[in-house]
Amino acid sequence: MSVNGARNVLGGATFVALLVALYMVFIFAPLPANVSDFPEVQKILYFHVSVAWIEFLAFFVVFVGSIAYLKTRSRRWDVLAAASAEIGIVYCSLVLLTGPVWAKAAWNVWWTWDPRLTTTLILWFIYVAYLLIRNSAEEDEKRARFAAVFGIIGFVDVPIVFMAIRWWRTIHPLIFEGGNVGLSPKMTATLLVSIAAFTLLYFYFLVIRLNIAKLRLEVTQVKEELRAEL
Amino acid sequence: MIGVISHHSYLYGNLTARENLLFYGRLYQIPNLEERVDEVIAEVGLNLFFNDPVRVFSRGMQQRLAIARAILHNPRILFLDEPHTGLDQQAIGLLNSVLKGLKDQRRTVVMITHDLDVGLTMSDEILILSKGLVRYYGPSSEIGGLAELRELYLEKVGGRK
Amino acid sequence: MNQFLASVKAIVWKDLKAEFRTKEMLSSMLIFAFLVIVTFSFAFNPTLESIKQILPGIIWVAFLFSGILGLNRSFLSEHNNESIQGLMLAPVDRSAIYFGKVVSNFCLTTLIEAVSLPIFLILFDFNYSASWFWLTVVVVSGTFGFVAVGTFLAALASNTRSSEVLLPIILFPIIIPVVIGSVEMTKLLFAGGGLAEIATWLRVIAVFDVVFLVIPFLLFEYLLEA
Repeated sequence: MSVNGARNVLGGATFVALLVALYMVFIFAPLPANVSDFPEVQKILYFHVSVAWIEFLAFFVVFVGSIAYLKTRSRRWDVLAAASAEIGIVYCSLVLLTGPVWAKAAWNVWWTWDPRLTTTLILWFIYVAYLLIRNSAEEDEKRARFAAVFGIIGFVDVPIVFMAIRWWRTIHPLIFEGGNVGLSPKMTATLLVSIAAFTLLYFYFLVIRLNIAKLRLEVTQVKEELRAEL
Repeated sequence: MIGVISHHSYLYGNLTARENLLFYGRLYQIPNLEERVDEVIAEVGLNLFFNDPVRVFSRGMQQRLAIARAILHNPRILFLDEPHTGLDQQAIGLLNSVLKGLKDQRRTVVMITHDLDVGLTMSDEILILSKGLVRYYGPSSEIGGLAELRELYLEKVGGRK
Repeated sequence: MNQFLASVKAIVWKDLKAEFRTKEMLSSMLIFAFLVIVTFSFAFNPTLESIKQILPGIIWVAFLFSGILGLNRSFLSEHNNESIQGLMLAPVDRSAIYFGKVVSNFCLTTLIEAVSLPIFLILFDFNYSASWFWLTVVVVSGTFGFVAVGTFLAALASNTRSSEVLLPIILFPIIIPVVIGSVEMTKLLFAGGGLAEIATWLRVIAVFDVVFLVIPFLLFEYLLEA
């Protein structure tokens, strides 16, 4: 199967998965039992959790790409890391947007300093730092090298950040705890499908972004050839 | 090991000349460092200034100190990258006499320059590079004079001024 | 190994000698730390009892913000006159350059902290009654982690345009564990605690310190390629 063909299959699968997920979230999944006002808000959980795990997956891909680039010096690893970072920060931002919305509706506070959400906030800053480094380095090779080095440092930092925040929160507990809602089997199934759908979406975005990078490189090469002939 | 002199001096402005040399000497693990430092400072004619911080040095003096730093570890080969950049006539004269001294010490000196005059007078062999390829290589004694070198240069480099 | 240590020693000597000649950076860092504290004094009334709660936080904010000034400068001197190239031409292990810089930055930063901490305590009229030994351990271990990864990222930032703006942005997210841990431990000590109370946090900081000394040590050569 050609690359284009594979990409279209992935796209199709993603589309279908997202449709199924939407159906399941809004129609199939039952409302939570014990919540009195505005129980529909609980449905944010399907999006929030699905998107959340991908922010870490995306940064893991950045980490792998960074190491691979430093070892092989092959541009494609750098492109992979950059693409994953761009998609990852979008997913990360979505988590930071859905989290407070859910918290406000469910517990009437915008921010709960929940360890996972707070770690997401720090990870967001690390993503920003990574992208800023890519922006500030002037030559291609330097940019790839510096970004790769920071990708490794950032990834190693995240578990330590999580540990520290979690400990810190046990010292400063807040009245409400976010995130642990009991899920019925139907809800669990919905959640799993949502996770699968959003993960497929991440990979689809990744493939498209890699293709754009490839095309961009080809255009640059053509430009160089034309310039050399002048 | 090689010694390098670039148009950057690689010197630390807040340290004295002597301290700069001591620092580099330690990195190269030079035996009898203090004596060697005094020796090279004398060789480049900076004896009167060795306790002054480098930031008060003129460009010419910095260049001379850079040479001292480059020969500190007695390299067999010296690379000079446009060493005359930014120097006034007097400093150029001083630099050239130091460079002649280096040649006399039987070190190999590779100098990169755009100054054809200096290149012709100072060198034993001339190599012309353009776009990463060697265009000419031969003894400088075979070149009659500056005008001939200039014509040769322009011809080899493809007529670009 | 000997060569490695000799290089590290030479670099530390060079950095400290240059700094103590002008004391430019030291004085800026000290004044800045002091300014941060004074600003906080105006922002939060220093006579309230609640100050004891936020004093550890204010102290560490002052340490870190003034520390970053020093980190910025540490590679500035290498880019004047491109001295960093001179270092790379010498038979010096790249990681020795990293270690040397970490040590000299650590010395300067802890010097500033040692001078400014008593001033802060006086300004807030705080009587510290617990162990000075453990307070030193807390300050040293937190500062070390900060300087270890900070030196590395300062080297990275100094090679880009807008380096002074970039360094805080890339450094502060990474050192969040140090901020949390050091402030918590300081808080515990200020409340009269000792080793037992700070032990768990000390472990977190220790892990951070080791990880962020080893990983930059391994990665430093990638930063310095010409």
